[in-house]
Amino acid sequence: MSGAIAKPRDAFPWRRVGETAQFLLFAAFVLWVAVRGAQSMGYNWQWSRVPRYLYREIDGEIWLGPLLKGMIVTLQISALALLLTVVIGLIVAVLRRSNSIAGEGLSRVYIEAIRNTPLLVQLYIFYFILSPILGIDRYWTGVLCLAVFEGAFAAEIFRAGIEAVAKGQWEAARAMGLRPAQIYRFVVLPQALRIVLPPLTGLGVSLVKHSAIVSVIAVFDLTNEGRNVIADTFMTFEIWLVVAGLYLAVTVAMSQAVRILEARLKS
Amino acid sequence: MFGLRKLALTAIAVAAVMAPVASKAQDARAALSATSAIEEIKKRGALRVGLSTFVPWAFRSKSGDLIGYEVDVSKKLAEDMGVKLELVPTAWDGIIPALIAGQFDFIIGGMTITPARNLTVNFTSPYSATGVDVVASKKLADGFKTIADFNKPNVTLSARRGTSAATTAQRLFPNATLRLFDDDAPALLEVTNDRAHAWISTVPKPAFAVLDNPNALFRPFAEPLVGQADAMAVRKGDPDSLNFLNNWIQSRTIDGWLAERQAYWFKARDWRDQQAQ
Repeated sequence: MSGAIAKPRDAFPWRRVGETAQFLLFAAFVLWVAVRGAQSMGYNWQWSRVPRYLYREIDGEIWLGPLLKGMIVTLQISALALLLTVVIGLIVAVLRRSNSIAGEGLSRVYIEAIRNTPLLVQLYIFYFILSPILGIDRYWTGVLCLAVFEGAFAAEIFRAGIEAVAKGQWEAARAMGLRPAQIYRFVVLPQALRIVLPPLTGLGVSLVKHSAIVSVIAVFDLTNEGRNVIADTFMTFEIWLVVAGLYLAVTVAMSQAVRILEARLKS
Repeated sequence: MFGLRKLALTAIAVAAVMAPVASKAQDARAALSATSAIEEIKKRGALRVGLSTFVPWAFRSKSGDLIGYEVDVSKKLAEDMGVKLELVPTAWDGIIPALIAGQFDFIIGGMTITPARNLTVNFTSPYSATGVDVVASKKLADGFKTIADFNKPNVTLSARRGTSAATTAQRLFPNATLRLFDDDAPALLEVTNDRAHAWISTVPKPAFAVLDNPNALFRPFAEPLVGQADAMAVRKGDPDSLNFLNNWIQSRTIDGWLAERQAYWFKARDWRDQQAQ
């Protein structure tokens, strides 16, 4: 909005109020549709049975229920996979920019293969074929599969970030006699990091959502626990809404944290 | 004149008060019958049945059609109702919510009567009896013979999500780790791939699994762990469907048709050459 007319500072922000009202109206409408839909099919809401699957208080002690335990597993898997994703993404991005034909070819094949096959198929290949060969357990199979999948996208993000750093920076660094590794480390990557932070956040949020896939190999993540609770109680609406809310809480918190980090980097 | 009018008014007033009382019960009955799955099936001209693949209850043949005991039952039921049959394959762990959501009329898929399910749906009279049995890995569970052998924290068991076998495993082996899968095949693969000590499933599948893979698998228990009864599931508040299905089951039990089909699907495996591999 660079071309916007400068508004007097003390003007009441009517537009924001209007937009907020619009949003609230829409949210209310969506909620009403869900409730009406459930009513029309005679769904029996049982919200009172939900809290015990989140946590239980026994003798003054708080015990985590299956859903919160599952959320912790989801957070752990996502965190580990994100670390690996960044490592894979960086290595592949640098390989793709390198002069070695093998390195460039390999990274290109990897990116294309991963981006053009379904995540579920990849997970099955990891679980049934690679994991017995490598002898890794299901938990790490899930982490590795997620990291390899998101790594392909991270590689492209990093490549774009590196290429967005001004040409003059490279030339100046070379003129100072820095080696390629030093150029990356001291000159290019610190600048690229600022550029890739927003798309990388999006990738992190995607990773948390994609982590639900590990439920098919019986890792006790949030989705798996949710499905088990539904299989026992048939509270489809309540549990899926709670599970969605828990995922949303994680991803929104992530986005906010990065927003604060970005503001720090800028200042 | 005046008296007549008064009388008429009184009559109208009494009728106005009485009418809702009389018709409320009628309305409720009419509404209940009109919303019955039986009426919907008649209107539609097709019976929609929810089921999931369990060998030999329902599974794919080589030509890709669904075959099995429950498929035969559904076909016969549709035939006796004079309507077409539409099978709706559904993930087992979501099949009760799908019934409530009206995705199909009844569940006819070897569903075991359990109190937890019965709080959410209604069951017909049982029309077949099964049990829960265990298949263990010869490598990991060597020498395991009792329930206590399997009920240990370092033991991993596999089962299919949403099955009575899974709840039985939770109940009998609370200390073991139970891994749940969406299908029988991956759950059994866990055992053959040495990732789990045992697979818990409905009779006769465990016996079939041992026959197919005698070098790697064995049945640790001579008898099934628990007996159970299977029935059709119907939405709550639908007495008409319940009555129709119960009487159908009774008729087909008396004339021996159900017993003959059970013998064909559960006692032997003459149908094996039809099974998609």
